[in-house]
Amino acid sequence: MEKQTSPYRWGMVVDLDRCSGCGACVVACQAENNVAICGKKEIAEGRNMHWLRIERFWVGEYPNVRARFLPVLCQHCRDAPCEPVCPVYASYHNPDGLNGQVYNRCVGTRYCGNNCPYAVRVFNFYSHQWPKPLENQLSPDITVRTRGVMEKCTFCIQRIRRAKEDAGGEGRLIRDGEVQPACAQTCPTEALVFGNLADPRSRVARLVRSPRRFRLLEHLGTHPSVYYLKGGGREHV
Amino acid sequence: MSEPTLPAAKSAGRMNDAMLSSLRPPTLRWYLLAFFLGAVVAWGLYAFGYMVSTDMSCTGLDRPVMWGIFIVNFVFWIGLSHSGTMVSAILRLSRANWRRPILRAAEAMTVFTVTVGALFPLIHLGRNWVFFYLIPYPNQRGLWPNFRSALLWDATAIFTYVIGSSLFLYLGMLPDLAVARDRSAGWRRTLYGALAMGWRGTAREWLIFHKASTLMAALIIPVAVSVHSIVAWDFAVTVVPGWHSTIFPPYFVIGAILSGVAAVITLMVIIRKAFHLEEYLTPLHFDNMGKLLLVIALLWSYAYFVEVQTTWYAHEPIEWEVFSFMAGKYTPALLLMLVGNSLLPLTALCFRRIRRSVGAMLAISLLVNVAMFIERYLIIVPSLSHKNMPFVWGTYFPSWVELSVTAGAFAGFALMYTLFAKCFPMVALTDVRELEARKVLVPFARAELPSIAGKEAGDD
Repeated sequence: MEKQTSPYRWGMVVDLDRCSGCGACVVACQAENNVAICGKKEIAEGRNMHWLRIERFWVGEYPNVRARFLPVLCQHCRDAPCEPVCPVYASYHNPDGLNGQVYNRCVGTRYCGNNCPYAVRVFNFYSHQWPKPLENQLSPDITVRTRGVMEKCTFCIQRIRRAKEDAGGEGRLIRDGEVQPACAQTCPTEALVFGNLADPRSRVARLVRSPRRFRLLEHLGTHPSVYYLKGGGREHV
Repeated sequence: MSEPTLPAAKSAGRMNDAMLSSLRPPTLRWYLLAFFLGAVVAWGLYAFGYMVSTDMSCTGLDRPVMWGIFIVNFVFWIGLSHSGTMVSAILRLSRANWRRPILRAAEAMTVFTVTVGALFPLIHLGRNWVFFYLIPYPNQRGLWPNFRSALLWDATAIFTYVIGSSLFLYLGMLPDLAVARDRSAGWRRTLYGALAMGWRGTAREWLIFHKASTLMAALIIPVAVSVHSIVAWDFAVTVVPGWHSTIFPPYFVIGAILSGVAAVITLMVIIRKAFHLEEYLTPLHFDNMGKLLLVIALLWSYAYFVEVQTTWYAHEPIEWEVFSFMAGKYTPALLLMLVGNSLLPLTALCFRRIRRSVGAMLAISLLVNVAMFIERYLIIVPSLSHKNMPFVWGTYFPSWVELSVTAGAFAGFALMYTLFAKCFPMVALTDVRELEARKVLVPFARAELPSIAGKEAGDD
């Protein structure tokens, strides 16, 4: 384990037993992060820009069919496959354990996108426009990405930065629950919980100790910061 | 070897004439060919310009298949560039005398294919205009490229190979340029004069030349092996199922040599026909190249077998999924690849009559390279199509832009080669004549005495 140089190690818990697959997180993420608006055509081509997707699986045989939902976002791996392959350090690891993405450094080799086992990196194949009046919704805190650039979930790093500034002004650390990304804030069933894994008393750290926890593609040794919870039941997600 | 590697002794002037025939003023047919190739290159450039000026949505790429035919081209062209090193350097070091008439063709091919190949990583970038971020240059922000990335290793290895193979080509051409200088007038004389760097052909110059050629030949082989190993690492060091495989570097090097040797055979046929060099490129040369191709095809088949059988035996679910998807969706291509790279060369090239038939060798060598292109496609695209998350499995088909750029690359290579053939000696003239000098009986008064030039070690 590498040396911890920051008091924070941001992580998330996704409780699959609570997720109803409503998709509010996807919409919230899009609104918060200046994610481009894609039409039917782009989505049909597999070029949608969502940083967070809800995978839907059907379990069982008709008539006993049940839908299962799996929200997948950037797993912010501790040993992220996307990072070493980037030739220009556009994809890098920050001290808080986040996988950063420097948009204006990215040259678009798309190597990170190929090497991400979770396929959560999205590439700006199109030169995106925001039709009026949607451009008024663009957040000034976040770069609007140009064509030819890779992008992905940042755990709403702009919110984390703002919270750090506020806390720093008062000479304290960020309190548990003080900052949360748009998806977690919006989730009506509280299936998404965000927090500091380095603080053993935080809500997220307590949830992570649950026997229901697992991580996606754990066998690859990427050590994701996103944990999933799934209890009993005969069907697996 | 009982069969002569040279035609019957001729006067030096006539040999020079024959071997420098490519330097004669271009005919109308040459202009037509150059114009046609230029037009295809222009079309490829237009397609590339269209992609740069609009956006990358005009390609067939999507999520998850973010690398497509541009990268296939990259691996293919870098693979072809192994011809020069293989045919020229290895045969030079092993003192195989039959190599001499085909040296230049192979070495020039190396330089042009590696040039075309090196363009593709730049073509496929999302933001080509900031490609210099990939170059380690001192800048005010103190930012360096990431040397942990296989793409940086690529850039380093390919740049080394471009420089090395250009020097190798140029060094070998030095005495030939001097001959061309002495036989030409006008601007050509000035050009060859400058390029020949005052070569006079003194004993000391020849001594240094031989040492330098041997040294270059020995040095270029490890560079060539490392280049394609590193290209293989682009894939092998990832966690993508179907790419992450330790056999990849040797397998890619063997594949590269296979396509390179086949391409040299193709070019030998074309050059032989175009410049009427039937006397110098004899069935003996095709016979020997055929044997070489047979050996490499055997090696390739072995490497492919090892790759597939370990995956099959382990039956790791996602790896096996990639293989079964590839075999299901690309069955005709897979079969063509197996026939072209393995079954056909392994059977046909066992027969001396086929190896000595120029037409058959042309067909086989072309098919090998078609199969090698498919092989690269089948490594790159199906693996990306079916990665670890089944929810985002996808497919890929190249768009008109990607196909146009590919056509432009083929035409660009052919155009560079055509121009080179018209401007520089296409047959390694002095190398051939050196052999002649060793063998020939020198007329001395009414008797004929053996030449005093000693035999090279290993000559028969």
